[in-house]
Order: sequence, then structure tokens, then C-alpha cells
Amino acid sequence: MRRYSAFAIAREALRHHKGWERAWRSPEPRPRYDAIIVGAGGHGLATAYFLGKNHGLKNVAIIEKGWLGGGNTGRNTTIIRSNYLQDPSAAIYEKARSLYETISQDLNYNVMFSPRGVIMLAQTHHEVRGYQRTAHANALQGVQTEWIGPERVKELCPIINLDGPRYPVLGGLWQARGGTARHDAVAWGYARACSAMGMDIIQQCEVTGVRSSNGQVMGVETTKGPIDCDKLGVVVAGHSGVLAEMAGFRLPIESVSLQALVSEPIKPCMDVVVMANTVHGYMSQSDKGEMVIGGGTDGYNNYTQRGSFHHVEETVRALIETFPMISRLKMLRQWGGIVDVTGDRSPIISKTPLGNCFINCGWGTGGFKAIPGSGWAMAELMAKGGSTLADAFSLDRFREGRFIDESVAAGVAH
Amino acid sequence: MLILDCPCCGRAADETELEGGGEAHLTRFGPGASDDDFERYLFLRGNPKGVHFERWRHAYGCGKWFLAARCTTTLEVFGTYAAQTTAPPPEIVAAIKARRPNWEAPV
Ligand SMILES: Cc1cc2nc3c(=O)[nH]c(=O)nc-3n(C[C@H](O)[C@H](O)[C@H](O)COP(=O)(O)OP(=O)(O)OC[C@H]3O[C@@H](n4cnc5c(N)ncnc54)[C@H](O)[C@@H]3O)c2cc1C
Ligand SMILES: [Zn+2]
Repeated sequence: MRRYSAFAIAREALRHHKGWERAWRSPEPRPRYDAIIVGAGGHGLATAYFLGKNHGLKNVAIIEKGWLGGGNTGRNTTIIRSNYLQDPSAAIYEKARSLYETISQDLNYNVMFSPRGVIMLAQTHHEVRGYQRTAHANALQGVQTEWIGPERVKELCPIINLDGPRYPVLGGLWQARGGTARHDAVAWGYARACSAMGMDIIQQCEVTGVRSSNGQVMGVETTKGPIDCDKLGVVVAGHSGVLAEMAGFRLPIESVSLQALVSEPIKPCMDVVVMANTVHGYMSQSDKGEMVIGGGTDGYNNYTQRGSFHHVEETVRALIETFPMISRLKMLRQWGGIVDVTGDRSPIISKTPLGNCFINCGWGTGGFKAIPGSGWAMAELMAKGGSTLADAFSLDRFREGRFIDESVAAGVAH
Repeated sequence: MLILDCPCCGRAADETELEGGGEAHLTRFGPGASDDDFERYLFLRGNPKGVHFERWRHAYGCGKWFLAARCTTTLEVFGTYAAQTTAPPPEIVAAIKARRPNWEAPV
């Protein structure tokens, strides 16, 4: 892999940019790998990356039915924060957030991590109490967050309307080192690093079956033929139920469509991320100037990557109350992603009933922020059979009633 | 926009009038049941990509529960039927088979 640098740009400029090499190879699958990861989203690629980097396991293939990063990783609104309530969540999300601080240097790939700060607005007294509690919990967990009053909210985000007719802003939970990153770049950066370690990223190849013998995984069937492996990592977000059925078990997961939309680009007007969970909308401004807006989830199982129109209307209505100046903005694009939602709104990083088959899923509406930490934990679990970051997120917590209840923190927000 | 015919009041209900209630035909378990049975009943779901039997409530209409057979990828509705059933009725199964000859009922 040739490193990217200011010098490389100058060098290639002199050669009319003809010397750039491809960021990753696109090989045909080999008959066998030590480990196969299904799903080349951020979580799958980060898992492969840390298998190689932290555990020396490099005979790895990542199999993707579409193009890498084309699932939720390339469809999300890129909010990064770690202000969760429960200890296991704070641990893994803060690990991920701290890895984001140096990810561009580690990968030699600019993911444009922008720790511009995230405010979660409190617009009811219930929310005030909830976020104050979270701020206290975060202090104990070593996650830097702060409860702030309405004046400070206005200072941080002048375009906000503090005394909206229905839900005045009563304060907020502020995480100064939260922010955003370029979503595609996270997938591309990991893919480039995995390829450079000799791993095979096989795109346009759908896993259609899981082969097993005596309760142990043997390999997968794909549209490019069967491939053997010692260990299998299933990291397919919304399609987790489909893969679980192939592997012979059920998951505590339902897949629904979650939407987002962006406006036409405008001049810089907002340099923080604002989430308004009571009225159900959130917004940030991209580097191109578009207002990036997160919408709602459909209330019923579906795999449409589209979402219902009335959610767009609800979201926009909520945001206009909070930011009256956007009322004349035109929306440019709208899309959906299939999110994998668990009962306690926490992810699953776990062994499965099938031997040597591991699963990483259930990130639902909020897993972009977790990609580096999740890959770190999943790789450790696959390589060593256990992981301090992952153990609490095992599949048997539902059976044992050991929930990691983030339904308030993550069920609505992202 | 999803539209379901409510079998209780006979109206064609827009999705904004309805509330989804998740997978239908789950076997209920109560006190004394094993952990496995409880887990299956409370949490584990088929979550199929394709034909799905599901519960709905006509929340902003007649208020009653009913069941629907629907495709989760195309949103095609194969039919709606009474909530007081433990398995999809034959006419619903026939409607699905007519459209999806290779479909097999989940076990
Ligand atoms: C609209 C929207 C907004 C969001 N906003 C935020 C946010 O602001 N902040 C945040 O933290 N999170 C957010 N999320 C959630 C976040 O996007 C996801 O949790 C995260 O991207 C999941 O990453 P992943 O790698 O697990 O899944 P994906 O990126 O979906 O990758 C899974 C991959 O598996 C592949 N696959 C599936 N089936 C097969 C098969 N049979 N064979 C081979 N490959 C297969 C898919 O093609 C896909 O590429 C949002 C999600 C959406 C949809
Ligand atoms: Zn009705």
C-alpha cells in the first residue's frame, strides 16, 4: 500500500494523477480462509481490520453482496457520541469514540472526524431529569459530558428557537468531543487497510447458505460458489435475521426502515450537532453545506430501504419548530436503511448456537459511532473466545433477563 | 403508503391510522415455562425477508386488533384476517401461494 501524504499529492500532480493505485484489490474468492466475515459494512470491515492488526489473523475474507459500505454505513447521518447510560454501553461507545480521534492517522485515510460537539436537547421535565442522570452516570464512567442550561444551548447553536410553542428548550446534554465523520471514508479506510494486510474483500457476492457439521460451522455457500472457513463472523445489520435462519437459529431482532434526508447546501449556520428527541428530529450541517436530517423508523418490519412518507413530514415539522429559519429550505434527497432493532436497544456481539459462528448486530439506529470499538471487541471475541468489551452484549442476555436497557437513549436518537 | 383492510370494521386503513404489533401466531408461555420457551415467546423473531404474518391494531379507527399477511420487501398485502386464529387461514395461504409459488410456511 502506498501511503497518502501531502508529498504523494505533489508527486502525483506532476504525473497528471496517473500513478494512484487502487485503494483495495478485488480478488476472486479462494477455496478456504481462516476466517470469513459476512458483510462489508463498517462493523464487518473493522472486525477484519482488528483481527489482523490486534490478533495477527490475516487469512481473512470479507464477503459483501453489494458494494462495500453500501448498507447502513453509507446511509447514516454520521453522529458520533458516547453519552449512553449503562456501563457496558459507555465502555464500548467511548472506546469507539476515542479510536475515532486517531483513526485517520491509524489508517492513513482521512475520515474527516469532526468533534464539533453534540447537544441532546431536553424539552420536557422528564428529559431534564433523564439527561442530568446521564451526565452523572457519564462522570462516573469517565465519559466527558455536561448538563447545560438554555443560554449555553443558544450560545452553541444561535439558530435554535429556545421558546418554541409546544416544547421550549430547557437545557441539554452536551458532549464536546462528540461530532461527525465521513461515513463512506470509514468503510473505505478500513477496506484499504484490510486489503493491504492481504485480506480479500469480495464484493457482488451474496452468502446464500451456512454450511455446518456436528454443530460447527464449516463454511458458506455464495453466489460465487462454496467457501470454507474455520471461523465465521456474521455482520450484516438489517439482514441478520436472514443469515441467522441460514445458520439455524433465531435472533431477538426486527428489521425496520430508518430514513434520513438532506437539504440543498447553504452557507455555514450551525457548527454543532443538535438532537431533539422529544419532537423527534436531529440535524447537523455537512461540509458541503447541506443540512443533514435524521428521520423516523417505520412502525413495522420491512426491508424496503425507503421508509414511509409521513415520517418525513413529522421530522420536518419538528425541526421547523426548533429551527424556524430552515422553513424555506428545499430538500434534495431522501433515503432509507434497514436497521436491526433489539428489545433493549443495545447491540449483540456474541457467540451463537452454531460453533465458531459469531454475530455482531443489533446496532439499530445508532451503530455508526460504534464502528471502531465494535470491530475491536468482535475481533477479540472471534480470536480469543471472549472480550471484556463484548461479553455483556452476548445473545444469552435476553434469555437471562440481563438487559442493557438503552431504549430511551438509543431507541429514538442516533 | 401502506393500506390494510381492517377485518373488524371493514375500512381500508392508511398506515397512519394503524399501529404495528409485530410477529403473529407466537405461542404464548406463562408461569412455569422453561427459559427457552420464554425467550422464544418474548424475544426471538423470524424477521423474514418476504412473507410475514403480523399483528396490527386499528389504533385511530375501531381500535381493534387484527392480523395481516404482507411481504416485507415489496409491501404487497396478501390479506388481513381475524386476530382470533392460531395459524393463517387457508384462503390467506392460497393467496400467498398464488403470488409466491415457492413460498413455504415457516415451521
Ligand atoms: C438513515 C440512518 C441514519 C443513521 N444515523 C446514525 C447516526 O447518526 N449515528 C450512528 O451512530 N448510527 C446511525 N445509523 C446506524 C448505523 O448506520 C448502523 O448502525 C451501522 O452503519 C451499521 O453498520 P454495519 O456494518 O453493521 O451494517 P451495514 O453497513 O448495513 O453493512 C452490512 C452489510 O452486509 C451486507 N449483507 C447483507 N446480507 C448479506 C449476504 N447475505 N451476503 C453478503 N453480504 C450481505 C449488506 O449488503 C451490507 O453492506 C443510522 C442508520 C440509518 C439507516
Ligand atoms: Zn378497524
